[in-house]
Amino acid sequence: MTPLLTTKGLSRHFGGLRAVDGVDFTLMPGEIRAVIGPNGAGKTTFVSLVSGRIQPSSGAIVFDGADITGLPAYIRVRQGIAYTFQITSVFANLSTYDNVALPVQRTLSDGRSKGAVKAGVMTALERTGLADRAHMPAGQLSYGHQRLLEVAMGLALKPRLLILDEPTQGLADSEIDNFITLVREIAKNATVLLIEHNMPVVMQLADRITVFNAGKILAEGTPEAIRENAAVQEAYLGTAP
Amino acid sequence: MHFGPHLLLAALEGLVTSAVLALTALGLSLVFGVMRVVNVAHGEFFMLGAVLAWAITAAIGGHPALGFLAALVIAPLIVGAIALVAERLVLRRLNYNPEATIVATIGMLYIIQQLALSFYGPEARPVEPPFSYRILLPWFGYSGYKLSIIAASALLLIATWLVLTRTRIGLIMRATQYDSETAQAFGIPVGRVYGGVFALGAMLAAIAAVLIVPISQAHYLMGQDPLLLSFIVVIIGGLGSLRGTVVAAVLIGLSDGIISMFFSPTLAKIIATLLVAMVLVFRPQGLFGTTSR
Amino acid sequence: MSEASPAKAYALHLGVIALLFVLSFVLPDYYHGLLARIMVLAVFAMGYNMLFGYVGLLSLGHAMFFGAGLYGAGLAVIQLGWSVPLAFLGGIACGAVLALVIGLLALRTTGVAFMIVTMMFAQVFYLLILYFATWTGGDQGQVVPQPARVLNFGTTSLDLTNPTVRYMSALALFSLVLLVTLAIVRSRYGRVLVAIRENEERTKMLGYDTFSNKLIAVVVSGTICAASGAAYALLFGYVGSSFASVQYSILPLLWVLLGGAATTLGPLIGTVFMYYVIDVTSGYTSAYLLIVGVALILLVLFFPKGILGTARQRWLGWLP
Repeated sequence: MTPLLTTKGLSRHFGGLRAVDGVDFTLMPGEIRAVIGPNGAGKTTFVSLVSGRIQPSSGAIVFDGADITGLPAYIRVRQGIAYTFQITSVFANLSTYDNVALPVQRTLSDGRSKGAVKAGVMTALERTGLADRAHMPAGQLSYGHQRLLEVAMGLALKPRLLILDEPTQGLADSEIDNFITLVREIAKNATVLLIEHNMPVVMQLADRITVFNAGKILAEGTPEAIRENAAVQEAYLGTAP
Repeated sequence: MHFGPHLLLAALEGLVTSAVLALTALGLSLVFGVMRVVNVAHGEFFMLGAVLAWAITAAIGGHPALGFLAALVIAPLIVGAIALVAERLVLRRLNYNPEATIVATIGMLYIIQQLALSFYGPEARPVEPPFSYRILLPWFGYSGYKLSIIAASALLLIATWLVLTRTRIGLIMRATQYDSETAQAFGIPVGRVYGGVFALGAMLAAIAAVLIVPISQAHYLMGQDPLLLSFIVVIIGGLGSLRGTVVAAVLIGLSDGIISMFFSPTLAKIIATLLVAMVLVFRPQGLFGTTSR
Repeated sequence: MSEASPAKAYALHLGVIALLFVLSFVLPDYYHGLLARIMVLAVFAMGYNMLFGYVGLLSLGHAMFFGAGLYGAGLAVIQLGWSVPLAFLGGIACGAVLALVIGLLALRTTGVAFMIVTMMFAQVFYLLILYFATWTGGDQGQVVPQPARVLNFGTTSLDLTNPTVRYMSALALFSLVLLVTLAIVRSRYGRVLVAIRENEERTKMLGYDTFSNKLIAVVVSGTICAASGAAYALLFGYVGSSFASVQYSILPLLWVLLGGAATTLGPLIGTVFMYYVIDVTSGYTSAYLLIVGVALILLVLFFPKGILGTARQRWLGWLP
């Protein structure tokens, strides 16, 4: 099986700081991959490079067999890489419906037909449990619902690779359970790359875990292997496992 | 006259233009640098300085030097006070939002211009120079007053530079420019700094106008060209950079005289404006600035 | 933007058009002519609103697009002897091409730099008109001769200098642009424009090429403004450099701010209201720029959403 995403020697420097430093990374189709690491380890910079929000200093990114290193972000999105923001950035003044209609109308081949757009939007809203709030301005949704709206917008892009940047940050425990169910469902049709601080969520969801430290990959493996890894415990989990 | 002396004359005239331009542009640059506000009414503060200089000298009478010195002190103070009021009443309430402040300063431009027309009138009026000593060079005589403009401007620029780099006030201004939120957290009264900087910027324009008015004339539309030229200087010199502003002012001042020897003034303006627009499009950090990244 | 009540929105717009039609028969001569002028200038404001209101790009140089239409159409008649319809289309084409070039350059900048750059390009346009005075008439301007302002259809002809024909032509252009604007902002493209205004970075990450979308908006906006300019030249028979000056870049901003940015009818309301204010105050003062200045400051300070923007927020959520 060919990998969905590969990076080779991917680096990004900010002045003297090597935020991402020569990362070789491989992601197989259908996986749920978690990326963990201490603050400032370069996780968000890494996924920003993959999504095209920032340009690498050196290295290459290959998506589905094609080099996408030089492509602007919007074309990567069209090729199937969706990114949900760490800081919630829904369109606060637009209705929840319009927020989701934006990705839907672009991915639909017959996006001109109002009925098709409406059906697509309502499907995404129903999957995330936001259907009854369709006509509320997104800015008036609760924080947890705004996070879900972010996911709904990502879903509506029909991505092959969905990048979730700290999706459970600020969510209540009950909301987190629903969220885990949702990600499992998404993973039936898409590969998921998940940056997450909440270890229970990571352990429940991830097929494999990649650990970042100081811009480099420190370790990679199954949740069990990572849990047992001494270097990871030292760098990331501290002394207590 | 031979080519050499001719060039010297052109260079001297260019330096006078540069001197006045550097002061005016410095005011615009300070306001943009510290407050991130583009003051479209800057040229009108310049015009007010000139009009007030005429009013003050006319009111005082006596020896021209007396009226001129009074104007040099009083006109900038009045203009500074007007700017301060405008800042408190309008810009502060807009929270210095860049786009809203541009619209508001366009409004100020119209208001000041129309008030000047209503109260001062459409005539161009001269102000007598404080002294009329002519320096006799081997090839031609040159106005001592014009040379004193260059000297006065240089002194003021050096003084501003010293204030900015060597004093506590300068430190506070630079801290505000660098990061207003952190400055606020360290107890710097950012609001008052903004008020002071806006007034100072207007005063620099007014001083420049008082200096130039004895060799040009006071007119209610005279603010337009200094505004455009100041924009050009600030953009070429790099926004908020004192050294860049002075270098660009000298460059523009000198080349303005030389370009208008070859082209019609309108064509010179077209070329200059187009070039500067292109600088903004392709090198927004200015010709002398460096990229932040 | 809302999915609800499209019928209500279309009914309102058709009602406004019907009202303007009826007004042509009841207004006294002076206001009849004034309203024709206002409708043409409201088209200018609608073009400006397309970019400023819906995409959030504040241009300080739209006088150049109005001027491109004005001179494109006016000079085609005066210097080249073109017929009225050809000259009208020529003027619009001038504006569209200019908008494309300016858009390609100016959209490399954002925020304050965009405002300054558009102002500078407009200044260059204005100075070019003065520089080529032998052709354009410079700051004196030129009159489009009356005999040339006639539309010929075989045996029948329409004289644009006739007040009723002029009013109806202005109304036709106004109605067309109003309905086109309404259709655009209700379309999926309109939704993308608003998304760019609200958060351009996020819009990119939904797979939209924001640069191209903004460029299209600049061209649409510039084309509408040029249509207004071309109509002005042909209907009122005068081209002059003052129409390309900075002031005519500020006026549409003022009209749109006053009427309500990002509302389809705001530009008309703002233009009517501003003309009304100036008309009323002209008895007391000739300094109408003073009123413009005060209005600008009061609007940004206390009333940034304008008349219809405030109405939409408070009472009429369905207003497009």
